[in-house]
Amino acid sequence: MVKVAKRLVIKDVEKCVGCGICMYACARKNAKKPEIGMDSSGILAVSLSGFERGATVIFCRACTEPPCIQVCPTNALKPKKGGGVLLREDECIACENCVDACTIGAIFRRRNGKPAVCIHCGYCAKYCPHGVLGFEEVKV
Amino acid sequence: MRSKVLTIDLSRYKYEIEDRSDLFDEWIGGVGVGIQLLKEELDPKSDPLSEENVIVFATGPFTPAYPLASKTVALFKSPLTGNLGESHAGGRTATSIANAGYGAIVIKGASKKPVYIVVENDKVHFRDARVLWGIEDSLIVGRIIAEREKGRGIRTVMRIGGGGERYVRYACVTTETYRHFGRLGLGAVFGSKNLKALVVIGRGGSVPADKKSYREVYDKIYRIATESDAMKKYHLIGTAVNVLPLNELRSLPTKNLKSTKFEGAEEISGEAFAAQNLGRRIACNHCPTACIHIAVLREPYEHEKYFYKTIMISYDYELIYALGSMLGISSREGLLKLIHRVEYYALDAISTGVCLAWATEALERGIISEEDTLIRLQFGDHNAYLKAIDYLVKQPTEFYEILAQGVEKASQVYGGDDFALAFGGNEMPGYHTGYGAHIGHLIGLRHSHLDGAGYSIDQKVKDLSPKELVDKLLKEEKWRQILSSLVVCFFARGVYTPQIVVEAFKPLGVEITEDELLKLGEKIYAEKLRLKRKMGFNIKSLRIPKRILETETLHGKLSKEYIDEALRYYGVIVKKLS
Repeated sequence: MVKVAKRLVIKDVEKCVGCGICMYACARKNAKKPEIGMDSSGILAVSLSGFERGATVIFCRACTEPPCIQVCPTNALKPKKGGGVLLREDECIACENCVDACTIGAIFRRRNGKPAVCIHCGYCAKYCPHGVLGFEEVKV
Repeated sequence: MRSKVLTIDLSRYKYEIEDRSDLFDEWIGGVGVGIQLLKEELDPKSDPLSEENVIVFATGPFTPAYPLASKTVALFKSPLTGNLGESHAGGRTATSIANAGYGAIVIKGASKKPVYIVVENDKVHFRDARVLWGIEDSLIVGRIIAEREKGRGIRTVMRIGGGGERYVRYACVTTETYRHFGRLGLGAVFGSKNLKALVVIGRGGSVPADKKSYREVYDKIYRIATESDAMKKYHLIGTAVNVLPLNELRSLPTKNLKSTKFEGAEEISGEAFAAQNLGRRIACNHCPTACIHIAVLREPYEHEKYFYKTIMISYDYELIYALGSMLGISSREGLLKLIHRVEYYALDAISTGVCLAWATEALERGIISEEDTLIRLQFGDHNAYLKAIDYLVKQPTEFYEILAQGVEKASQVYGGDDFALAFGGNEMPGYHTGYGAHIGHLIGLRHSHLDGAGYSIDQKVKDLSPKELVDKLLKEEKWRQILSSLVVCFFARGVYTPQIVVEAFKPLGVEITEDELLKLGEKIYAEKLRLKRKMGFNIKSLRIPKRILETETLHGKLSKEYIDEALRYYGVIVKKLS
């Protein structure tokens, strides 16, 4: 049986204007504790070595064998049903192994040293003003 | 509310972080707090290019809480006017400073050797910049620093090019390649402090006072910004959309304002740029509008066939006016090259264009010669102007040394002040719409079209008395003190109405009424004016360039009596407020 899950996806990365609206949305995603800023944000908007070459976004691509999980010494990072990873913050010792392990640099170091990573909730996609991000069903 | 102030002393390579909630509670942030910090730190009589000058970068409480609050206010003593310098820029500067945890950053003193500063949340690093000194291309400086330092995506790289190093009094500070603390010479102040760049890396967050209403108010502002017409102009063709209507209204300053009708307007219009050259749009951080319009210039190598360089150049209305119509340039390609050259050295485009326009007319009239200019400046000849921009930075003759100090100074030395288009020492922006524009440039506290937006009053209202006009300009300028204390982009003034501002404050734990906001705007205005007076501002010494009376505006020719009456009335207000 083919399983499907909803994930945050890139629809057209060439359309990215680098506004970072997604980063701020990510920080607000939790209705019970929205954050002003982007410390907890699991997505990052960057320029491509300067804005003359445009911009892009970086976030977890929900790989099947996540290296970040493999290097976590306390099992704070767990595979998430449907893809991606979940962080159990209380188990995390802020070693930053996961930050270094992610090949595409999609795990971010928060101020307290613990990681911030995309949970594929799709909240940011609702705010992407130019159709770069989508929240879609994918086969898993 | 974010109330930490980071003070960096370049003379001693020291820094300290202080909580200044006293200031942020009373004066909001941005320009409101910045003025107070400048009052504390700066001797108003100091030389702008000495180590005594102080720079304040201030952000406001809406950054990064809400979209379109993407601006930072820089305050300093201007080496161009010798008076208060104020300049705003977007990019990632405001969010980086705010996410690093600061309401404001103060820079004082001067380094003995070239350095650049890296602020990384609560740490400050002083980095050797001796090798970077002398790199004239601000784009390259940015790229080198970006590759050396961390913080990709969450940092701002504010840097100078050759202009600031050579103390061109209208050199700017460039951030994120295409945004600028453009006006009044902050770049020269950086240069005089041996400061090549200021990098701020910020990652942080805070909790809103009211969690539920915070998300609701955010969504409301986001909807207005993206679904209403409030940002439409900037979202579509951009500010360059002004070229054709202003030309139609006989308000587009052309060839040093000898005319207001430019035969090449179609060619350099926003519409033509959009159709032929627009290659990419980018945004300031936390702004959905992406008003930064970037043109593609494809240029063949001079001596090799089938080799091309492709350069991305950001354009806006003021650049098209200053380096286009004002210099009689009707070739879009030529104009893009001029914009790029100004970007390269990190100069203010408006001042550069106005200085060169004056020099062209001065040469035509024979008050200066080709021995001074080294090249025959002619309206429409972009190649000559490209060379002249090099000379403004390299200053091979005394003439260019003087012109690099602004058109006011140049006309004091060589004459020709009748057609030297500066107000309060600041070169004129691109509006010859009528009394509102020019009286606004004279009395606005930074002598900018952005103070009281007189160009807009001119296009909306007719037959105002001088008193009514001044009242209108001041009303707008006072409200804008609030916008620039919050600090939101002026392009978003249609989004951030007094009512929305009051609503947006609530989830942040601040209760304030519309009336209190307006009163605070008046107070900040008065504080700024008083500081300006201490720096030597005197309304009696304001010069009215005769040229603005000679060339027809949208409202016909302007009369000196009207302007004098407006200034007299304003003089009474100034007296009262000081």
